[in-house]
Amino acid sequence: MTWEVGSPLSIISILAVVIVVAAMLIWVERRLLSFWQERLGPNRVGYFGLLQVVADMIKIFYKEDWIPPFADKFGFVLAPAIIMMVILLSFAVVPFAPGVGVIDSNIGVLFMLAMASLGAYSVMLGGLSSNNKYALLGALRATAQMVSYEVFMGISLLGVVALSGSFNLREIVLAQQDGWYVIPQFVGFVIFLIAGIAESHRLPFDIPEAEQEICAGYHTEYSGMKFGMFFVGEYLGLVLISSLITVLFFGGWLGPAFLPPIIWFSIKVFCFIGFFILLRAAVPRPRYDQLMSYGWLVLLPISLINLLVTAAIILSMQ
Amino acid sequence: MFTLFKDTLVSQVVTLWKVFAKILVKADTVQYPEEQPYMFPRWRGRIILSRDPDGEERCVACNLCAVACPVDCIALQKTEDEEGRWYPEFFRINFSRCIMCGFCEEACPTNAIQLTPDFEMAEYVRQDMVWEKEDLLISGTGKYHDYSFYNVCGKKIGGKDKGEAQNEAVPVNVRSLLP
Repeated sequence: MTWEVGSPLSIISILAVVIVVAAMLIWVERRLLSFWQERLGPNRVGYFGLLQVVADMIKIFYKEDWIPPFADKFGFVLAPAIIMMVILLSFAVVPFAPGVGVIDSNIGVLFMLAMASLGAYSVMLGGLSSNNKYALLGALRATAQMVSYEVFMGISLLGVVALSGSFNLREIVLAQQDGWYVIPQFVGFVIFLIAGIAESHRLPFDIPEAEQEICAGYHTEYSGMKFGMFFVGEYLGLVLISSLITVLFFGGWLGPAFLPPIIWFSIKVFCFIGFFILLRAAVPRPRYDQLMSYGWLVLLPISLINLLVTAAIILSMQ
Repeated sequence: MFTLFKDTLVSQVVTLWKVFAKILVKADTVQYPEEQPYMFPRWRGRIILSRDPDGEERCVACNLCAVACPVDCIALQKTEDEEGRWYPEFFRINFSRCIMCGFCEEACPTNAIQLTPDFEMAEYVRQDMVWEKEDLLISGTGKYHDYSFYNVCGKKIGGKDKGEAQNEAVPVNVRSLLP
């Protein structure tokens, strides 16, 4: 058993760590949110409440796994599985450290974007097959939001791709040895961050599941472990977006040599996860039409201009 | 353009920073079972029946508390001992009905029934919420240490005749017209 890309050790440990981290994020988020709201949060189960997730899991396993009689059963069962699957598949192309990764794909960026797009199917299918008006509204919103934010999520990455000359995420990291891409591509970073939040429908862009407006949106009818899969899927998406920001803009595992690369990677990822949770604590949700016009009228032009300027500078440097 | 910039981007960043700085603020949470909150003496909690300074029951079974009770959770029956003192034969409070309004305490002419700061009254069995006189009686005087009803009232009991109470004049014999 050796640490190399695609070895069984690598694959199994990535799968285990990613899922455990995503589950633990439920506790991390509740704890951090409560600190920012001058509360204590869950601190009873285990040390500092660390076993809260285990307690939640036991509860959710014992819940009745109910499929509404009016729902379309096939789609209803399929939807939560899709979101877990596509996000876990996206982790295949993420380079965690030298020798740690599932695959070094030459189309890593494209694969990741494609998988993110497939995530929209899960939400749409879940909402449609629930046969519930709130779920339908949530699914409509989610589909429109994800489709429109994907456009410039891709375009904002093209600056990075142009600078590094590769679609391979591992090579993008290695190309950042002289300096992280957050400096030359700051606009791209900001746009990717915003699009990433919208893509994983976290607050403030959780319009598809806006509790105060439409119950729980597309997963209104879900209960038991199926709801748990949507829930963990959301946190998996959070980990994925944070890892991608780290890889694309903050030099992945690169850092001073006194810490091993995987530690640098984790520190950076956790900083972004903390930032996402801070966003949830601080920023109110925009209105739905504001979200759409903001995306199409502001972020899309800026990302196009960013790409053009980057390309012009690269050409003039040659 | 500047105001737009200030109202959107700058305000969001300021918000984020201010919320982030909250991580240094001490939490307001009181960790209840380990950390007991201070309950004020006049808190309206569990109801007790107090005794007068001599250790006798203060309750004279006048039924005013039962009348005042808006949820009818108090039940009692009057009886009398050989000295002429009135006392409740039974006194029963159904705490599953009680709303801790304190009307009984206000209605009580003898300061017998009093509300205390104790609020930890949860039970597993509903019947355990019904408290009898033995459960309600405490050995002390509660909030009023010197008050003893039979020492200030005109009622004649064994060992205390008419006119022997505090501030009470000896009764006038109205049958006698002698000056």
